Amino acid sequence: MSENISNNNKIVLPIGPQHPSLDEPGRFDITLEGEKVVNAVVGVGYNHRGLEKVCESKNYIQDLYIIERVCGICSHSHSTAFCMAVEELAGVTVPQRAEYIRVVVAELERLHSHLLWLGVACHEIGFDTMFMYTWRDREKVLDVLATVGGNRVNYGINTIGGVRRDFNETINSEILKTVDSLEEDIKRYLEIAMTETTLISRLKSKGKLSHEDALKYGAVGPVARAAGIAIDIRVTEPYGAYKEIPVNVITDTNEDVYGRTAVRILEMQESINIIRYCINNMPEGTLTVKVPRRIPAGEVIVRVEAPRGEDIHYLRSNGTDIPDRVRVRAPTEANWHGMKHMLKGGNLADVPITIAAIDPCYSCTDRAIVISSEKNTEVMDWRGLRRYGIDWYKKQNIDLTSLKIKEV
Amino acid sequence: MIEFLKILCKLFIFPGFLFLSVYSFLLDFLDRKLYARMQNRVGPPWYQPLADFLKLIGKKTIIPADANAVIFSVMPLVSLAAVTVGFIYLPVLGKEAIFSFSGDFVIVLYLLAIPPLAAFLAGWYSRAVYSTIGATRILTQMFAYEVPLFISVLAPTLIAGTWSITELTGFYAAHPLYIFINLPVAITALISFQCKLERAPFDSPEAETEIVSGALVEYSGRLLAFFKLAHNCELLFVISLFSAIYLPFMTGIIWVDFILYIVKTLFILLLLILMRVTMARIEINNTLNFCWKYLAPVTLGQVILNLLLRGVL
Amino acid sequence: MKKTGPGRITFRAIKNLFKKPATTSYAGKGKPCVEKKYRGRICYDKTDCINCGLCMRDCPTGALKIINEGTKEDKKLKAVLNVGHCIFCCQCVDSCMKKCLTYSQDIDFATTNKADLTVEL
Repeated sequence: MSENISNNNKIVLPIGPQHPSLDEPGRFDITLEGEKVVNAVVGVGYNHRGLEKVCESKNYIQDLYIIERVCGICSHSHSTAFCMAVEELAGVTVPQRAEYIRVVVAELERLHSHLLWLGVACHEIGFDTMFMYTWRDREKVLDVLATVGGNRVNYGINTIGGVRRDFNETINSEILKTVDSLEEDIKRYLEIAMTETTLISRLKSKGKLSHEDALKYGAVGPVARAAGIAIDIRVTEPYGAYKEIPVNVITDTNEDVYGRTAVRILEMQESINIIRYCINNMPEGTLTVKVPRRIPAGEVIVRVEAPRGEDIHYLRSNGTDIPDRVRVRAPTEANWHGMKHMLKGGNLADVPITIAAIDPCYSCTDRAIVISSEKNTEVMDWRGLRRYGIDWYKKQNIDLTSLKIKEV
Repeated sequence: MIEFLKILCKLFIFPGFLFLSVYSFLLDFLDRKLYARMQNRVGPPWYQPLADFLKLIGKKTIIPADANAVIFSVMPLVSLAAVTVGFIYLPVLGKEAIFSFSGDFVIVLYLLAIPPLAAFLAGWYSRAVYSTIGATRILTQMFAYEVPLFISVLAPTLIAGTWSITELTGFYAAHPLYIFINLPVAITALISFQCKLERAPFDSPEAETEIVSGALVEYSGRLLAFFKLAHNCELLFVISLFSAIYLPFMTGIIWVDFILYIVKTLFILLLLILMRVTMARIEINNTLNFCWKYLAPVTLGQVILNLLLRGVL
Repeated sequence: MKKTGPGRITFRAIKNLFKKPATTSYAGKGKPCVEKKYRGRICYDKTDCINCGLCMRDCPTGALKIINEGTKEDKKLKAVLNVGHCIFCCQCVDSCMKKCLTYSQDIDFATTNKADLTVEL
């Protein structure tokens, strides 16, 4: 504790790497003066998975499933972006019916992602009943997604050149039925969010990010839209079937967590409208188009609107069936930069909800980093790290030399 | 000798320590079960609180190197002892408590203040950053609810003109209509008790998502088990106190009164659960504002009303 | 602006007391049931298999192995799946030209022994 309290009564409170309010490991060093946050250090890098490197060693079809597992929640957005990139390079046009199915799944995914966020946000502010209710209603969407795709979160509906599963009458009616019952739920959430005093007092004017700051820090998705920036890739740069589907951009002028909540709830309503439009106007036709295994050389950037914001994929091909470079920029990475600004000046009680309000996705964001600072730093490989660990424990009088670990 | 055994039996078995702990386990189970059912969940089985307690008893107790070992290990027992001692002044079986004298009201109120203070000391001497913040929050919250709580508990005594809980209960049991005069302070007392028990929406001292579990973050094993037991007993203690002061309906037949007592405690528990279910956690500064802006004026108004009424009645 | 106040979900909470809970107790209460189209463990039918290796080439995790124990002419094929590695994407089912691979709704593989995770189909 002594190192956490400095002379001038400031406390450094570590939130993370393991903390009940964080869904994944991340670190926030919050400097407190009483209950006020005077400084915050945002640290990521606890969850590096080497996804991009793995993708560069496997063929395009295998990569599709790895890319789908970049994020557990917006899996469809990532795989759509990757598919679109490969299709763009291969120069094929996806059948219209496949585009529509992709959109329906994408909007169902947005529904389940926003419901999940609403539950998490309610949990962060200690409103566990709403947390349970939203997650109960989220099950309906997950059940539909399991019927449509074959799994609850990694639906695997996309394939390069189209989709893998078709919709039929029963699925259509099931989706419409679920969507109808969800519409009721969403209306209720909106009413609770607008009238429950304790909820409003915890959300209003917390984690402020003004219009100018949102532009300055390059915020995307609901965070930017809550600050009044009408940015939505589905409208500003429509892709796939969104070129034909009417989409309204939901914005809010509150510039705070309350605004982000309102934007997300209203976006769910908008998603429901889109799903209804797609089901009613779905064209007939084939599902896939043949794509060669070897993709012609070239490079491409694709932007997709994930539930959390703008998702960018970069793909470079060298003419073989293995990509030369894959780069995934998850939406959270764009929203991290404003985090320090949002945390400063708030109370300690606002920290969890402010962090949760951008819907952070730590492991989607983490990439390998080499820190080069003035201090004495060195880059270690696995063996070096192991040796360092053994030496460090030796100083603490713990001998680990005899421990057998499989050499990598 | 028989008298002595009787008193011992009353102190330790019924309605003393054993009854207190067993019934508080039952209340804890009902608390969790109803909380879960209101959230559309299944909830734990009936033996869950006891199973938790026994499991914690069997676990290793770790005392942090930086902590003050004596205070760290004594505080759970202090908390439990305060609650147990306080409980013997409350009427459970009929309108008579096990012990009573003319000033036991003050004793009970002082004993009521000990568990939060014990938690504060435990947190402060754990020397961990989360527990320090939790401990400061406990003190801040005490500052918020203590005055409204004391005034709202003491306001009914002004009409009864006694400082003994047994006599107070007897007085109101004889004049049941007077209970309705105290309705405003009954409400404020219920809210202050919720605040005192650190249950949602007033759970910022142990806010899980902010400071992990507040003052008790370093506790483990047997010591944590006793803190949990003390907390459960505190819940029953507070509920019994509430039913003795604000719901003293009596029939005079001792076992009917005991069943009435059970019904009353369950009813109060239901109100406390409802409060916990329906609201988000209130920030500590808003708790302060709320207690001083709304609760304190109501209680003070009641005191003035009761003083005036005392002259009339 | 609507009127605000605390405890807006009180009635819903009380109503839920008399409803069936949305969750069920899973522990020790039989097998989980899933949707008909759920992707579970794959099944292998070796009658049509020509051992082309497309399924193995497209498997993202290398969980599936089709092994020929006989000679080239007299094939004795068997499929070995490591369910610990399998991510249940069922790309192998899509890749198979002869429709030898299908998927079942079997999803319960929990075991305490690591060797049990490798199953012969």
